[in-house]
This record gives sequence, structure tokens and C-alpha cells, in this order.
Amino acid sequence: MSLSPEQIRQVAKLARLELNPSLTEAYAGQISNILELVGQLSAARTEGVGPMAHPLEMTQRLRADEVTQPDQREAFQAIAPAVQDGLYLVPKVIE
Amino acid sequence: MHTLSIKQLGEALRARKFSSRELTQHYLKRIETLDPQLNSYITVTADQALAAADAADARLARGEGGPLTGIPLGQKDIFCTTGVRTSCASRMLDRFISPYDATIVKKLQAEAGMPMLGKLNMDEFAMGSSNETSWYGPVKNPWDVTRVPGGSSGGSVAAVAAGLAPVATATDTGGSIRQPAALTNLTGIKPTYGRVSRYGMIAFASSLDQAGVVARSAEDAAQVLQAMSGFDPLDSTSMDRPVDDLVAPLGRSIQGLRVGLPREYFADGLDAGVRACIDGAIGELKKLGATFTELSLPNSPLSVPTYYVVAPAEASSNLARFDGVRYGHRSAQAKNLEELYEKSRGEGFGPEVQRRIMIGTYVLSHGYYDAYYLQAQKVRRLIYDDFRRAFEQVDVILGPTATDVAFKLGAKTDDPVSMYLNDIYTIAANLAGIPAMSLPCGFKDGLPVGMQLMGNFFDEAKLLNVAHQYQQVTGWHTQSPKGFE
Repeated sequence: MSLSPEQIRQVAKLARLELNPSLTEAYAGQISNILELVGQLSAARTEGVGPMAHPLEMTQRLRADEVTQPDQREAFQAIAPAVQDGLYLVPKVIE
Repeated sequence: MHTLSIKQLGEALRARKFSSRELTQHYLKRIETLDPQLNSYITVTADQALAAADAADARLARGEGGPLTGIPLGQKDIFCTTGVRTSCASRMLDRFISPYDATIVKKLQAEAGMPMLGKLNMDEFAMGSSNETSWYGPVKNPWDVTRVPGGSSGGSVAAVAAGLAPVATATDTGGSIRQPAALTNLTGIKPTYGRVSRYGMIAFASSLDQAGVVARSAEDAAQVLQAMSGFDPLDSTSMDRPVDDLVAPLGRSIQGLRVGLPREYFADGLDAGVRACIDGAIGELKKLGATFTELSLPNSPLSVPTYYVVAPAEASSNLARFDGVRYGHRSAQAKNLEELYEKSRGEGFGPEVQRRIMIGTYVLSHGYYDAYYLQAQKVRRLIYDDFRRAFEQVDVILGPTATDVAFKLGAKTDDPVSMYLNDIYTIAANLAGIPAMSLPCGFKDGLPVGMQLMGNFFDEAKLLNVAHQYQQVTGWHTQSPKGFE
């Protein structure tokens, strides 16, 4: 499986990554090589094998529905790039 | 002082032969003098370290504290530390100061009383096998500064190997504790998945990530791992079961221990000089009464391809949180919200992280999910089943940690696939979730060689016992690199 620079730009768009245009060509070559390595998986015989998402066959632990964490809005907003009146600022979304 | 074991340091501190302040100052001085050659620390926290040392001295003076109180450590810069930058070696988090502590930071620092010397360099977001993807520059191997220390925990191993910390924390997603430990003559252990809390450890691939320790002996590692381990309600994948005593069983005989040698780990691709060191170690363990059986882990050749689907898929989801809005790097060039995301992430992430995000996005995308991700999850079960069957016959599995000794800086940076193949022997343990460790077993051309021990679920004590018994009859782990004695 090999990816063209155009496909790399598409994947980058899906991943919300702005690529340095000078790297797109190199990324295409490298990612194609990685997918070639990964392609070995297609030869594995997996009929009837259940997918394994996690090493411990555990179910999600539940806890009582009680408040356990204090409000830390100020601490969290203190490390944000741009806030105002307790809100996170982003560029204007609606004209 | 920097040649003493953790046990000796603890005894000396309790006997007031020297204070924690003096010990901490000694390490800070060594970091200042020697680290410019290695670049193992991203941030040195001298003031906090001395304040914590004074607090430890006060505890010791009151007759309080435990075996680790007053012994300084280095923290891999992947663990959140309140008030100190936690960068994950990424431009994305260059100015990130965590509002909370990771659970292991609390356990080792606040509870056990270990002063933190600083935050250790690593591959960016723990993605790499050479510590060359760090935003803060590569780490050099103290055994040969023209070579890599391995990765991703390159700063952790370089610092401990060079005597710039008595011990350090590290993390292992596909070999990031064991491969660097092997390349720098250290003992490093990745415990069973779920044994050490992941709370406050910046996520890379959540079903594989596990924290552990790098140290100068199995005995040192056992003491620190003991203090890190345990159930944590704040980590939903933490195992709610008691922690075994890791220290007391170290002295047990290994007479009758059944060791498996997986054929696939001794096939083509393993360097002959490394092979000779492993064979020597097998001979030593036989003298200690261990018996050896050849066995097969038939799906292990598929562990690297499986990993490079599962890990990037999980990484692309985990790293979606970095959006330039709530914390981390925010581009100054964005004109709208979409550009804010794309430019912040384009500027904040380095090339290896970008590659893995793109692979993850691709394998999870519509039309490819079944062929890549679902198939990888099925092969993951085959790999897991291989180990389950093997541990019906043997107590531990032994093999090499890496195919060869440390390579030159820059040798593999343009070829991700050859870099990824570094982890061919280590990845399977992460996919299966079992504990595994690396320990020194010789030298090739003056460079350290490591052997790997893998155990069944929650068999950390057994692995450390075998390693400790081996270290009682061999001296490889006591060697230090020239210029850092």
C-alpha cells in the first residue's frame, strides 16, 4: 500500500495537522514504507479469532455517583493560552 | 556517594553518615558538571530538590520515613509535576505547567520522600527508540557520546548510567524502558499492565503504556518499583489487587527455575556478539540451577506490524486533545478555528509524532478500519495466546533485549521502519500486557548488551528475583562508563 503526497495531505486534513509543504513528499515515502511493514498482517490467519482491545480481560470499573473532585476551573484556566470571564477564547466561529 | 546502591544510600541516610541535602547537592553538582555532555535533563529543579531534601532530613531526624526517604530521583518528563514544566519533550508542551501531580509522583516524592532532581529528556511523546525526536535535542549515550542511549526513556537511562541520579522513572509502550536500559548497562523493568497507575502520565497508547523504573541493579529497581506500584482509583485500568513483596524474595534460590528460550528471538537479525553475551548468561543461570527449554512464540514476528497499527491508532486519538485551546502550544497565525487547530498542531508536533498521528488516522479511517485496526487486534490476541501457552511450560522467558548495541546518532533518523525494528524483541510484552525487564549481560566492542526476561502476569517479583540472583554471581551491572565514574 503506498500513499501519494495528495493522500498524505488528505489524511493530514482529517488529523487537523498543517504540514510543512517541504515534508509532504518525504512523509509519503516514509508512511508508505510503514504501511508496507504493516501489510504483513494481512497474511495472518485470524478466522474465528476475537479482537483484543486490551491486555487485561477486565470490565470497566464503576464507582458510586458521588462528587469526588473539587472545582478547579481557575487552576485549569490559568494554563490556557487565552481565556476571558471564565471562558476559553477561540477565533470567531459565527460571522 | 553516586556509586552506592539504593539500600546503602538508605542505610547511610538513616545512620546520618550524610544528609539528604548533602546527597542531593552532590547529584546537582554532578548534573551541572557532566550533563552538558549528555543532555539527559530537560529541567533541573535544584531549589525544589533541596527543599524536599530538607523535609526528608527532618523526617529522618524524627525517626520517620521509609527505605527511600531522602534518596533523590529523576522523573521522566512524561509525568505531571505540579508547578514544574512537564514538556513530554514536545514544543506542544514547552510551557505547560501541570495543575496536578501524577500518582507515581505523589507516591515517590510526597509519600516515600524522594527529592526530585529534575525532569528527564525523552523522545517526543515517548515516540522513538533513540531519544532523537526530542524538541530539546538528542540525549547522548554515556558509554559513547557519539551514540544514542536508546529511547524513548533516553534521558532516564543516560542520567542513571552516568551517576546523575541514583534511579529514575521511565515508561514503556513498546520497549522504551528495556531497550534504553540494555544500551546503557542498566536494569529496567516494565511491570504488568495495570500494576502502576497511569494517572498523570501523558498518554501515548493507552492499552500499552506502563510506567516502570531504570536502576543500577535489580535490587535498586525492586525497591523503587515497590513504592510506585498499587491500585489507583484515578486510573480506570489500574488493577485492584495487592502488591507482592518485591524485595524479600530477591534472595531466593532459583534452583529448578524453568526458563524458555523462544526460537524466534534467536533467529536471523540477532547480532553474533549480542548472541554470545546471551549464551554466556544462559550458562551462568544454568550454574544457578535453572533449566532451559526451547519454545516457540510463532506470532512474534508479527508484533512490530501489529504495534504500528495499534499504537498510532491510540496515539492519534489521545493526541487529539492538543488543540491550542485549553493548554499547550497555540499558533499565533490562525485566522479561524480550523486554522487554530491545524497550525497549533502543525507547529507544536515534531515529524515523528506527525507521522504516527497520520498513520493512526489512516488506519482508523473509513474503509481501512477492518483491514488494519481490526486485523491488528486479532493478531494481538494470537500474540497473547502464544505467551499464555508458553507460561504453561516455563516460569520465565529469556532472550535478547535488542538486536545490537547502541547505534550512532543520526544513523536511522531518516528511515522510520529501520528505527521501528529496534523494538522487535520488546513490543510483544506490551501487546500481551505481561511484565518484562532488561539487565546487563556483557559488552560488545566496549558497549553494553542487555538480556530480556519476560514473566507471566503479575510475576514482577519472580523476574526481579532471577535478575538479582544473576547479579550476585556476575559483575556486568557494576561497570560504569569512563568519564562518569
